[in-house]
Amino acid sequence: MSRYYTEDHEWVEVDGDIGTVGISEYAQSQLGDIVFVETPDAGKEVSKGDDVAVVESVKAASDVYSPVSGTVLEGNDALADTPELVNEDPEGDGWFFKITLSDASEVEGLMNESAYAEFVSKL
Amino acid sequence: MSNINASGWRPTTPEAGESNAATATGNRALMLEEPLIFEIGSISKTGVDFGDAPTGTSRLGGLERHQDIGLPGLSEPETVRHYTRLSRQNYAIDLGLFPLGSCTMKHNPRLNERMARLPGFADLHPLTPVDACQGAFEVIDQLAHWLITLTGMHSVAMSPKAGAHGELCGVLAIRAALDARGEQARKILLVPISAHGTNPATAAFAGFTVEDIPATDDGRVDLEALKARLGPDIAGVMITNPNTCGLFERDMRAISDAVHAAGGYVYCDGANFNAIVGRVRPGDLGVDAMHINLHKTFSTPHGGGGPGSGPVVLSEALTPYAPLPFVEKTADGFRLVEEETAGEHHAGSFGRMTAFHGQMGMFTRALTYILSHGADGLRQVAEDAVLNANYILRSMEDVLDAPFAKSGPCMHEAIFSDKGLPEGFSTIDIAKGLIDEGYHPMTVYFPLVVHGAMLVEPTETESKATLDQFIHAFRSVAERAKGGDPAIRTAPHFAPRRRLDETLAARKPVLAWKEPVGAQAAE
Amino acid sequence: MRYLPLTPTDRQEMLGVIGARSIDDLFVDVPGVAQLDGPIHGLPLHASELAVERHMTVLAKKNLAAGDAPFFLGAGAYKHHVPASVDHLIQRGEFLTAYTPYQPEIAQGTLQMMFEFQSQVARLLGCDVANASMYDGSTACWEAIVMARRVTKRGKAILSGGLHPHYVSVANTMAKFTGDQLVTSIPTLSATPDTDDLIAQIDDNTSCVVVQYPDILGRIADLSKLAEAAHAKKALLVAVVTEPVALGAIKSPGEMGADIVVGEGQSIGVGLQFGGPYVGLFACSEKLVRQMPGRLCGETVDAEGKRGFVLTLSTREQHIRREKATSNICTSSVLCALAWSIHMTLLGEKGLRQLAAINHAGASAAAEVLAGVPGVELVTPRFFNEFTLKLSKEARPVVRDLAAKGILAGVSLGRLYPGEASLANGLIVAVTETTTKEDVETLASALREALA
Repeated sequence: MSRYYTEDHEWVEVDGDIGTVGISEYAQSQLGDIVFVETPDAGKEVSKGDDVAVVESVKAASDVYSPVSGTVLEGNDALADTPELVNEDPEGDGWFFKITLSDASEVEGLMNESAYAEFVSKL
Repeated sequence: MSNINASGWRPTTPEAGESNAATATGNRALMLEEPLIFEIGSISKTGVDFGDAPTGTSRLGGLERHQDIGLPGLSEPETVRHYTRLSRQNYAIDLGLFPLGSCTMKHNPRLNERMARLPGFADLHPLTPVDACQGAFEVIDQLAHWLITLTGMHSVAMSPKAGAHGELCGVLAIRAALDARGEQARKILLVPISAHGTNPATAAFAGFTVEDIPATDDGRVDLEALKARLGPDIAGVMITNPNTCGLFERDMRAISDAVHAAGGYVYCDGANFNAIVGRVRPGDLGVDAMHINLHKTFSTPHGGGGPGSGPVVLSEALTPYAPLPFVEKTADGFRLVEEETAGEHHAGSFGRMTAFHGQMGMFTRALTYILSHGADGLRQVAEDAVLNANYILRSMEDVLDAPFAKSGPCMHEAIFSDKGLPEGFSTIDIAKGLIDEGYHPMTVYFPLVVHGAMLVEPTETESKATLDQFIHAFRSVAERAKGGDPAIRTAPHFAPRRRLDETLAARKPVLAWKEPVGAQAAE
Repeated sequence: MRYLPLTPTDRQEMLGVIGARSIDDLFVDVPGVAQLDGPIHGLPLHASELAVERHMTVLAKKNLAAGDAPFFLGAGAYKHHVPASVDHLIQRGEFLTAYTPYQPEIAQGTLQMMFEFQSQVARLLGCDVANASMYDGSTACWEAIVMARRVTKRGKAILSGGLHPHYVSVANTMAKFTGDQLVTSIPTLSATPDTDDLIAQIDDNTSCVVVQYPDILGRIADLSKLAEAAHAKKALLVAVVTEPVALGAIKSPGEMGADIVVGEGQSIGVGLQFGGPYVGLFACSEKLVRQMPGRLCGETVDAEGKRGFVLTLSTREQHIRREKATSNICTSSVLCALAWSIHMTLLGEKGLRQLAAINHAGASAAAEVLAGVPGVELVTPRFFNEFTLKLSKEARPVVRDLAAKGILAGVSLGRLYPGEASLANGLIVAVTETTTKEDVETLASALREALA
């Protein structure tokens, strides 16, 4: 399993052809208290870069872009009632959706953990 | 010594004592807690005296209500007290300076209120036969004449109900004009990132696609970048002038000329018209449509968030597409042009935006205000508004970062940023600190082009003494924040409520009152 | 000038602090060609309170106010008695001259009142939640159609022929630009509304059915079947109420299954005002709230744990969502909502139901009297406080002639549906608690004369 990051602060963890997508620790810290998350429905076909989810604080709403193309397997239903999971554990229980990758090579253009850490340090 | 102090009243110098002693009621002298009407009223109580209805045949066709609705009633004294107590938990212009940038919180003259309540205006039905409401049409016509003349435009659509509704009117007129030219392909409206959120929302609501226009470092539209983007897909631009950084768009005429040359139209957001009324006519700058917030420039009350009123002045090019209905002056009095007669000489109209004629109650107030000021007074309004704003800018720029102060004077509002505040302190803390000093804070975190923006608009109805007191308070709060005073981070301390938990409100929305669980069982 | 506190000395001192020689220095960014060098020519100069009051009073007197005539106009705006304390309270400066409650710590008065208003509206319309108000009924109706499109992701709305023609007109205007498909019709002079026709038209592309209750002709009909039929096709039922006093006498649309209920709140607390400002009501079920337009106030606690109120779910709105907002609306109609809420508190359940009963009894009695006039036929046997008559001749000139005699006889269908021959003889008559028996007798004898 390996984890990749985008410059828009999404992460995707790939296990075989299944990816789990969420937003980074840095992203949640910039948003403040998260009050609402909208995740995609299972079966939705998405292309890399599509806005597929929404994350809201009291004062801001952000679209979450899919880091990879594929078919949505499931959204994280727990976020409907407990959006605070994204603040508490953004890169764990606060994941947004799982996706079946249609092109595993897409992750090659993304950053690995250390490259992302360096990217964030310069922001 | 005879009869020492029979009353027992022994005057002494008051002692300070414990200042924040708890009270049994939660009240603090004049600061009174007030429950909800649902907690103090009852469905069997009423504050009106109706007899029972005469009995007769019901014509309700079996739809009679049998269930209770659950609407609590109060007697008149309880009602008056409830709302009077609530009112005292509000800040208002009547209490003090209200420097919300881009909101133009000026004094609301009470003559306006009295005139709006004349029965001939207040008690007039919108579908009164036209011969029986000529005076109302005359008010609309006179106000229209003032608005057209003050802006140097060709016509005015009076019916939009508020600023954002006026924006909608303007962009629909643009769409209709483009469609009439057969230019359905022009679908993009260019909007600067500094624009108020209503601009892109309105454009989208009307079916346009929105693209950002970049700004220059001095806070104005980047003319060259704008020119580079113009083309056959561009419907026009939406520009706020004076803009939301409090600056006049020097290149407005050049912008308009470029947009027109490329086949587009120019919408101007007139939210900040107060800065230029009587001194500059938008019509001279090539504007095609501009809404005027009567509740800003022309002093109709904000009322805690509306009603507004947003007439839209139009250029000659857009006039044929103005909405219905409108008032027309004829040889034998005023006539109303509606769907019925539009076909004859207003066939291009894009249609009706609201059920009736617009915010008549605001027209009477605005006309009263305009007649009170006259052409000379209105010019003085703009000058004093700009003078007051620059006075605040120059009195604050040594304590707060003023990103555009070096590029020249501001218009009606001064903008500051959170640059230079210590770690952990932000614009919100300065705002809340001002509350404890007895002021409503300025507009915060808007526009988006300035980090931690503080937008201060004093308006012309503040005296120099009031401004000096405000500057003293503003400087003090800014200096405490810069010095890292932790008390500022928990302000306000003296308002009816401390900082409120907006996260909780959004995560678990409670939007209507419900009986507490178990309350019914206990009855 | 009485509204400008700065003195010439103040101005000079302030220019000194700024470092400007004259006020013109502050307008240097305005190109010279666009600068006016003095007050605009041809416009009058400033005037005293007395002079302005005289001017405005002359204009006001050219109008025939509802209170100065036997008055029977309705069709979306109604004359009711508003208690004196309502107007007194809304003129308190702390309500009148406050802004949108962006700083909740010093705006609890407006916020609590909004919360109470939302709760009252939700209950009256029979829904879970209501927003803090819209511009008016007609714009609320269009917003409901757009909301139904967002919820169902379908683009066709079916509008009842009984919907106020101006509301239909507003929706038609907007739909031209948004691409929504609207199915519209005009009413027929019949006893019952077009419920069965509407049911027959609902299909798999239908986002919502929009029905007015009571409808433009005053008719009332059970909405339950319509709601069932809409829901069977996964469409929404949108109900429009232009006379909320009716809901003191009859079941609410929410109780009969409507998903979104909007309305014109003017008849409670807000005067006629020649059409505005009014107050749009907007309510829906809890599960749809994130798709709802407009301001919302919610309950929360402050840092000390005390109950308080804030604007909430703001991410639906334009100032955060910009082009992705649920609506472009920025203001609501809070001062009118305050008047509405105060009036409703004074009425309470008991007063509202008495008021509704008085309206219905008065209207029923008036309908019988007027139907007894030769040449007048009562078209609508079931109604609340407004009914439609069919005259033996065109109604519009009759209304004009009676107005000239100081009688405001009602709203002719010719005014609302110009050119529709089938409706030309229709006259909508509204009767409220402000209408006296003498007013009805006056109208009856005037009609007797006009139709003779």
